[in-house]
Amino acid sequence: MYQENDVRDMVRAALSELLAAQGGSAPVAAPVSAGATLAATTVEEGFCPDVTAVSTKDEFHVPDPENREGYLAMKQSTVGRIGVWRAGPRYNTWSMLHFRADHATAQDAVFGEVPEEFPAQQGFIAGQTLCTSKDEFLTRPDLGRKLNDETKRLFAEKLPKGAKVTIMVADGLSSAAMVNIPDIVPAIKQGLKGFGIDVGPIPYVKYGRVGAMDDLGPLVGSDVVCLLIGERPGLATGESMSAYMAYQPSADRPESWRTVVSNIYSGGTPPAEAGAHVATIIKKILDAKVSGVDLSL
Amino acid sequence: MKLKTNLLGKTYAFRDVKDVLAKANELKSGDQLAGIAAETAQERIAAKVVLANMLVSDVRNNPVVPYEQDEVTRIIQDDVNERIYEEIKNWTMAELREYILDNSRTAAEIRRLSRGLTSEVVAGVCKLMSNLDLMLGAKTAVVTAHCNTTIGAPGTFATRLQPNHPTDDPDGILASVMEGFAYGSGDAVLGLNPVDDSLGSVQRILQMFDDFRNKWEIPTQTCVLAHVTTQMEAVQKGSPADLIFQSIAGSELGNEAFGLTAQMLQDAKDLMATKGTCTGPNVMYFETGQGSELSSDAHHGADQVTMEARCYGFAKRYEPFLVNTVVGFIGPEYLYDSKQVTRAGLEDHFMGKLTGISMGCDACYTNHIKADQNDIENLATLLVAAGCNYVMGIPHGDDIMLMYQCTGYHEAESLRQLFGKTAIPEFDEWMKKMGLITEDRKLTKRFGDASIFLK
Repeated sequence: MYQENDVRDMVRAALSELLAAQGGSAPVAAPVSAGATLAATTVEEGFCPDVTAVSTKDEFHVPDPENREGYLAMKQSTVGRIGVWRAGPRYNTWSMLHFRADHATAQDAVFGEVPEEFPAQQGFIAGQTLCTSKDEFLTRPDLGRKLNDETKRLFAEKLPKGAKVTIMVADGLSSAAMVNIPDIVPAIKQGLKGFGIDVGPIPYVKYGRVGAMDDLGPLVGSDVVCLLIGERPGLATGESMSAYMAYQPSADRPESWRTVVSNIYSGGTPPAEAGAHVATIIKKILDAKVSGVDLSL
Repeated sequence: MKLKTNLLGKTYAFRDVKDVLAKANELKSGDQLAGIAAETAQERIAAKVVLANMLVSDVRNNPVVPYEQDEVTRIIQDDVNERIYEEIKNWTMAELREYILDNSRTAAEIRRLSRGLTSEVVAGVCKLMSNLDLMLGAKTAVVTAHCNTTIGAPGTFATRLQPNHPTDDPDGILASVMEGFAYGSGDAVLGLNPVDDSLGSVQRILQMFDDFRNKWEIPTQTCVLAHVTTQMEAVQKGSPADLIFQSIAGSELGNEAFGLTAQMLQDAKDLMATKGTCTGPNVMYFETGQGSELSSDAHHGADQVTMEARCYGFAKRYEPFLVNTVVGFIGPEYLYDSKQVTRAGLEDHFMGKLTGISMGCDACYTNHIKADQNDIENLATLLVAAGCNYVMGIPHGDDIMLMYQCTGYHEAESLRQLFGKTAIPEFDEWMKKMGLITEDRKLTKRFGDASIFLK
């Protein structure tokens, strides 16, 4: 197995070869100008420090605090961005760039699209809600709760009727959350298998809101629908996913009919672990024939 | 009253005052979601033309929720000073706009005018204002309020120190409190949004805030933003609170969704008069936000600007020390992007001030809206230019509990420097006493060092 340093060296070597091939390691000649003489710029090897590498709990910029030890201890009690110092009244450059990087992560998760080939790669049956664009999805939550007609026909044709459990996947507010799917789906299936329950084909819904499970429920008549959906990202938590579960869901049921496991991602509840938990809850819902606030866990 | 107009060779006819108010709104995704927005840009202008020709009395006499049905409407209508209203009821809405913007207008004249306006009239004139109109109008409409200190005086600009923590951990909260005060934030209020709304937790945090404030002799206000009934119970049991907070809506139905009645607010205000730790007389703190009525299906077919104005008319009865709109919190289905959030922030601040309440703004955004920190710095800057009483202050603009971003601790002093303003005078003196700033308000090396409070 490669050590991290080996990989870094290999990348570095590959990069310098590439630069050499492009003449990139040679000094860049300054343009000739009449007055000023500009020095030649040398492009060096190596990387600028990753501004996101240090966690907010450990990032500290106050140059000469009255009580450094106390300040550092204080920072351990919160993930809030304190001890960040300043440039005049404004933010320190590095904490500012760290913040912007974290927001960029969240924005890319929301506004990025799940690759078209993703559902097929996962063996899912791909459909879509009434939303026809990301913009419409963000501004019309009502349309994101309804499957379009073609999808309804497709799901009615391809999905088994009256299954015990249907797992459903939707992009929701984070395309990046789909990274959890290859880990959580097998974990749920395996957990359910332990209870003697098999899961059939999995429908995938593009531009889906949580309420889309209420539209699927009556269509397939499953006892339990479990929707895996991307959560609205927080700063730097773009990959977070939730699992919503309901017994015989339909649009007539109240919000409180859903049972939810949230914060599923590598930095929260890891997807494989969450999958086992979700399977256990599904079993409880099946046994109790109720879900949400009526279900005692 | 006329409901029709010709514009650019087309005829436009509107159903009623409510329809005109909705269609005269600047474009908002929430009005589109509700299905009440103007369908074209031209129709929007036609509605503004019809609105500009209406009389103040036309707008007052057609509240968007009937008087008999709704206690918010009753409070707004019953609190109108009829003598002042008599003087202005035959003005057109255009004349009202021009009266407010007139160069000779004084703050006292606007305060007097406020008492003759209903919230629908306030919303109506807002819809005839450009963004710069809203700023100039608001700047004239100075509103001050007093709890322990006086907020809103020209030349001052305040912030709320919001030290939220995802588990209400006392050490974590206190860490953010120290950081905030080290940056000169918190002269409006030290106020926490608790995760845990239980009585014990609220009491514990109120006591912690009071102890810290007293230890460091900080001239400010304290508050824990739990449900009004929980805070009242805490105060009745002897917990120290300077302000009682509540989220409010612009209709009785909307308030029901918050588990709130007008009587509760009256009871809270009365309780604070006898059991609060503050000087007063202004002892209440409210938060609002365009779209909240629609989100609880309590908008009665009215637009979100009008419903927001009604929040302020309702708030006015309780003479609040602080009211702020949480303008970008609700999401893109109500305010689509930074342009709509900016407009809404300026509208809300103007409408609050014209209503006669001490208005601030939580200039903020969630992660699923097309906005970033630059946009929110822009809005905060426009608001301070317009004389906004306060904005929020949180560590680096990142709220780790509510999972949104708003103005950071750093913005308080940045904006004061930009506009040559000070903090609330007593707090400004405290900053000097603590050695955070020099006599001529230059930042010292202690400014931004929270560890000065580790004693």
